[in-house]
Amino acid sequence: MEKPINSISLVIDGKQISVPSGTTILDAAKQVGITIPALCYHPKVSRSGACRVCIVEVGGTLVTACTTPVSGGMEVITNSPYVENMRRDLIDLILSDHPYDCMVCQKTGECELQELAYKYSIRNPVFRGERRQYAQKDGNPFIDRDMEKCILCGRCVKICDEVQGVGAIDFAYKGFWAKVCPPFEQDLNCEFCGQCVMVCPTGALIGKNWVARGRYWNMREVESTCPYCGVGCTLSLHVKENEIVRVTAKEGRGVNDGLLCVKGRFGYQFVSSPDRLKTPLIRRRKGGDLEPATWDEALGVVASRLKRVKEQYGPDAIAGLSSARCTTEDNYLFQKFMRAAVGTNNVDHCARL
Amino acid sequence: MTNSLREIEDNEVLFITGSNTKEAHPVIANMMLKARRKGAKIIIADPRRVPLVRFAELWLQQRPGTDIALLNTMAHVILKEGLINEQFINEQTTGFNDWRASLDAFTPEAGEKLTGVPKGDLVRAARIYGCSRRAAIYYTMGITQHAQGTANVNAVANLALLTGNIGRPFTGINPLRGQNNVQGACDAGCLPNVYPGYQRVDIPLVQQTFERAWAMPLSVRPGLAATEITGKALEGAVKALYVMGENPVLGDPNTEHTRKGFQKLDFLVVQDIFLTETGMLADVVLPATCFAEKDGTFINTDRRVQRVRKAVEPPGEAREDWRVIAELSKRLGYEMRYESPEEIFEELGRLWPALEGITYGRLERGGIQWPCPTRSHPGTEFLYKGGFPRGKVSFTAVSMAPPVERADREYPLVLTTGRNLFQYHFGSMTRRAAPIESHAGKPYAEIHPEDAEHMRISQDETVRVTSRRGSIRLTARITERVRRGEIFIPMHYAEAAVNVLTNNEALDAFSKTPEFKITAVKVERLAQEG
Amino acid sequence: MSTSSVEIKVCLGTSGNAAGGEEVLRLFRHYVFDRAVEARIGTRCEFRKVGCRGFCSKDVLVDVIINGSKTTYQSVKPIMVERIVDDHIVGGGPIPEWMAGDEYTSFHSKQYKIILGPCGEIDPENIDDYIRMNGYRAARKAVTKMTPDGVIDVVTQSGLRGRGGSGFSTGEKWRICRGQKNDTRYIIGNVGEVNRALAEGNPHAIIEGLLIGGYAIGAQKGYLYIRERYHLSVERLRTALDQARDKGFIGKDIFGSGFDFNIEFSFGTESFICGEETALMESIEGKRAMPRYRPPFPAEKGLWGMPTVINNAETFSNIPLIIGMGADWFSSIGTAESKGTKVFTLSGKVKNNGLVEIPMGMPLREIVYSIGGGIAGNRKLKAVQVGGPSGGIIPESMIDMGLDYESLRKVGSIVGSGGMVVFDDEDCIVSVTKFFVEFLQRESCGECTPCRIGTKRMLELLIKITDGTGEIEDLDTLNRLSGIMTASSLCGLGRTASNPFITSFNHFRDEYLAHIRDKKCPAGVCPALVVFMVVPEKCKGCGLCRKACPAGAVTGEIKKAHDINQELCIKCGACYKVCKLKAIKKQ
Repeated sequence: MEKPINSISLVIDGKQISVPSGTTILDAAKQVGITIPALCYHPKVSRSGACRVCIVEVGGTLVTACTTPVSGGMEVITNSPYVENMRRDLIDLILSDHPYDCMVCQKTGECELQELAYKYSIRNPVFRGERRQYAQKDGNPFIDRDMEKCILCGRCVKICDEVQGVGAIDFAYKGFWAKVCPPFEQDLNCEFCGQCVMVCPTGALIGKNWVARGRYWNMREVESTCPYCGVGCTLSLHVKENEIVRVTAKEGRGVNDGLLCVKGRFGYQFVSSPDRLKTPLIRRRKGGDLEPATWDEALGVVASRLKRVKEQYGPDAIAGLSSARCTTEDNYLFQKFMRAAVGTNNVDHCARL
Repeated sequence: MTNSLREIEDNEVLFITGSNTKEAHPVIANMMLKARRKGAKIIIADPRRVPLVRFAELWLQQRPGTDIALLNTMAHVILKEGLINEQFINEQTTGFNDWRASLDAFTPEAGEKLTGVPKGDLVRAARIYGCSRRAAIYYTMGITQHAQGTANVNAVANLALLTGNIGRPFTGINPLRGQNNVQGACDAGCLPNVYPGYQRVDIPLVQQTFERAWAMPLSVRPGLAATEITGKALEGAVKALYVMGENPVLGDPNTEHTRKGFQKLDFLVVQDIFLTETGMLADVVLPATCFAEKDGTFINTDRRVQRVRKAVEPPGEAREDWRVIAELSKRLGYEMRYESPEEIFEELGRLWPALEGITYGRLERGGIQWPCPTRSHPGTEFLYKGGFPRGKVSFTAVSMAPPVERADREYPLVLTTGRNLFQYHFGSMTRRAAPIESHAGKPYAEIHPEDAEHMRISQDETVRVTSRRGSIRLTARITERVRRGEIFIPMHYAEAAVNVLTNNEALDAFSKTPEFKITAVKVERLAQEG
Repeated sequence: MSTSSVEIKVCLGTSGNAAGGEEVLRLFRHYVFDRAVEARIGTRCEFRKVGCRGFCSKDVLVDVIINGSKTTYQSVKPIMVERIVDDHIVGGGPIPEWMAGDEYTSFHSKQYKIILGPCGEIDPENIDDYIRMNGYRAARKAVTKMTPDGVIDVVTQSGLRGRGGSGFSTGEKWRICRGQKNDTRYIIGNVGEVNRALAEGNPHAIIEGLLIGGYAIGAQKGYLYIRERYHLSVERLRTALDQARDKGFIGKDIFGSGFDFNIEFSFGTESFICGEETALMESIEGKRAMPRYRPPFPAEKGLWGMPTVINNAETFSNIPLIIGMGADWFSSIGTAESKGTKVFTLSGKVKNNGLVEIPMGMPLREIVYSIGGGIAGNRKLKAVQVGGPSGGIIPESMIDMGLDYESLRKVGSIVGSGGMVVFDDEDCIVSVTKFFVEFLQRESCGECTPCRIGTKRMLELLIKITDGTGEIEDLDTLNRLSGIMTASSLCGLGRTASNPFITSFNHFRDEYLAHIRDKKCPAGVCPALVVFMVVPEKCKGCGLCRKACPAGAVTGEIKKAHDINQELCIKCGACYKVCKLKAIKKQ
């Protein structure tokens, strides 16, 4: 049964808007084309109001747009000097405890914090002081966790718990030294789905595979479909110099809507493996080795041998196995080949395995 | 899947049986967890404590091979407690009364005896599923990889028919397909008995259609299933085999049997991206391209046709599979002229109306679910809306039959095979992804602590697992994920290839699916060396 | 002389225990038995463990009541018991030199102990004591004779406001919670640090208040949230709860009304943030104590997502009195906006430290000088910090202000946890501020940016100033930080964390400037800014300072003026403290 939805009218930066009750100021603003910056808010996880960057002015006081539901007659100001100065200072505070190493940071250009620092032109922070520094590195093979860059937004903690159902990480310690880490600060040992990497607004969580393998703007992005299980997750392959150097998934694309698993996100290196077959191989003598051959020779051998068997024993002495890994087109053509060119229905694939 | 992945989050009840979704279909598990966050109840039937059990309202830890007893008992309870959907049964099904009689024996007490699941839990599961009209069933190989696989699937279907949980959103019978394009391969007709679109080869009208389309006389004799080919090779009936992108030496049951069969062939050609264990037996190996090096489509588990796009150039002289096939066909005297995979897809669409409305152009905006008969059709989220295409469907009475092998004195443990989260299939891809291999690169057998204690096996000790077919060595992983008396070995590791142990003779009579979930084995400590 | 009744009350609060109260009580029993006292005086001696009466600096406190006439002994040590028994109880002659003096009288006479009163009188481990003084009568009245809304009306009319945080009307809070549609509701009693005396001295009042509250809002379950470390409070509350359950006051069908109510404990660890109600709820739910955003407020969506009322134990202790004696009686105490009494922990440089309960609106001066007995060592009062670590610092010039919610808010402070620390002219206000900020930055949960980083930056700047490296711009930065933290923090901790700085800077700007501009600490506290020097005219060369100096910085011959080597001096002040001639000065 649908609950009745009450519509609520309010004003955001002078724009009149009606939205269903329960809508947050942030979402309402989005509907009138006003983007309120936010670092801890993420549509995939529950809200916390931790970063405070999305503050807006309502009746002279500041509220966080991501957590505050609209109410009738509300007048919201998202960009008053008061709000903008406060926002600037909050980002300044975050930067005062952040390594100023954007030039070597993998996240450069995709970093939400960097983007806000840029927007508010914070070259030298007003606030200065001690920075958290950690010597310990996480030895897991998948995810680089640089907690000096962590801004404690909590997105990773929440997506791991709420979306992935794993809860591999949580906040530890208090105050300035609060830190997101696995229990007892051990190395991460989880499902390595990398959803945390996806939602991290800064360079705190990065796939180890793609560190220093290229800047995102120097890559081509090709949308494709994951080659592993049957879910059919939509992937973005990031290609540099004919090599896939990173795989991501985009929110709003495909059934996975940004989510991936360890195989989809981190299991692409086989493509450029040195073990790949690069030429046809032929066993020229029974019991001999497989030796490199030209396509012409190899296809010639295959065609003549198949012909010979067909002539000698009939088409049903030939069988074909195609693959659930190949494309639909490859499979269509394969069975057409077996049925029309060879003349047998002996065609199957590994569906049962 | 009859229904869609997108519907999962709005299920009210999810009955997951024989599926380790969290590891085999991780992103579907995310959707299931979302459903749970929205208030859905999860019931899991599985002999293993699969990771999703943590989130389940109810976990039915059945004995392996007792799916029919479990499902029939649930049906029995649903019937007895009047939780059935009479209108649906009357309007859309046949055979209800005959089937109903077949359930008499499956009382909760009998169910408990057969499955090992407390009868209270069986009743609760039946009530939870039966009381919901937004209940969906999800299953995978835990249901199908049995000698009783087809019967198991029928028993699953009966439950959905009984409660009318099909043909509407947020319901359905939903097998989760294990491989990226297993749906597409089936749809495209890579099955011995059907042409593309499941059109039977032994129906003359169909045959004529395809003969016209392909301009070639075609055979009406259904072909051999994959699992039958080896046997026929050993008999000498099959002389040549063309394998594209598959590794049956590791994949088929009883590796020794497969290897012998393939060695007996006159000619074996393997087309793949790596030199696989099967390729090593081949007379000719052809270098193919992987998903990132070609254009085409994959069709996923919810019938969604999605684009695969070329991102990088293939290594060396590797060629796209379709070009290899076309060239070969030409050399065999049957010309195939295509400029691109798109043309091939269009031809497929002309032969199967369900795909006719889908074009590469439309797919640019995202995947489309078949059936999609016209260019303006949005695709089909769930099947059987407003009735089954064949009119009424029938309840199928299914009875319990024992598995082919059972634990005995010599082979006292039951082996189940399957996947883990990190590796994929026989590992030719994931084992070449460095982080995955460094994290999960060692074969292991999951053994219950009590069994381990009994056999004096300690954690991480190397053990030998032996069946009537052969033996492998691997590491013992002592864990309560498995039931007592059962062990689990993932299928991914060639150095401890689990199909050395499995039985090529235990096949489902209809689908020819091997009974990978039940093999009798023994586990031994290796004598301490030196 | 005939003796008709003898009662001996021994203070066994945490402090009484620590001072040896258990042993004192044991010895009283021992001597009374050993000397056959009861036979000799012809009556039974009643022994009673009682809770804290607030004057902990003079523990163990013992009342000897003979024929209704009470004599209070202070600082009773085990060795003193024998003589009290012999001379006073048997001999009838009190021992004047051990009796509590004027300060005990003045400490108590200005207080108005409506909730702490029973603490020194009744045995907290005996429910009959509580029942004898009308205990659970209010609960019975509420549950059997009043509607829940009726109860809420009375509480609202009484003007009771939350004793923990922002001083929200208790009745209003209950009404909002009761107005929610959910069937399940919770009520939580937060037993904080300042409530320990209540829990130890009169635990049943808290339980009764919680029960009445539960009935009023329609909760089926109440929680007592308390740090596990407060062993005695936990023990007394647990005993009280068991006894109340045995009597049928807690459980099913209470007073035959059909109302079911249960109370369970939830234990916390050392965590200041758990005073924040949403963080406390997270803690009960088994999560890390991090505050939740609001709205929704706990009364709408609280524990386990259900409407929840949280009040602290002091608030709950008032409830039975309000129901029992009426809203008018309660609202006759206090000021126009702040009704009833408030418990403060009076500490610092006053003569009498302890737990005090005063009617709302009592002038600060009266607390410091009448109850506190003035400044120790007769030095000059400098300031009073009110409201716990995140309260404000109130200068001497303002101590005629009354203590109530509105007045405190006006001067940038809060009622908060009821802390009250008195400072004299030997205290450095910048150091004091630094101390509070250090505490707050340590206790910040780290969730929101302004509190997590703001408190840290604030502390760093205060350290810089007390180290003598402060710059005038740092004051701008501190003010800017205060603005951010106050306006944009997620919870009360962050929003009030800059109170100590803001108030101290407003009232003691010169002292900040002295540190920065003159590189001097006027109070002579900040080691980096202080120089210890010998005044040669006053020094008689006794050598005490030389012996006391741990750094060997003091040199000099006997009977000749000594000298301090500034290179070696570590500014510990040992010489200054030890000198009897005031021959060492701080600069």
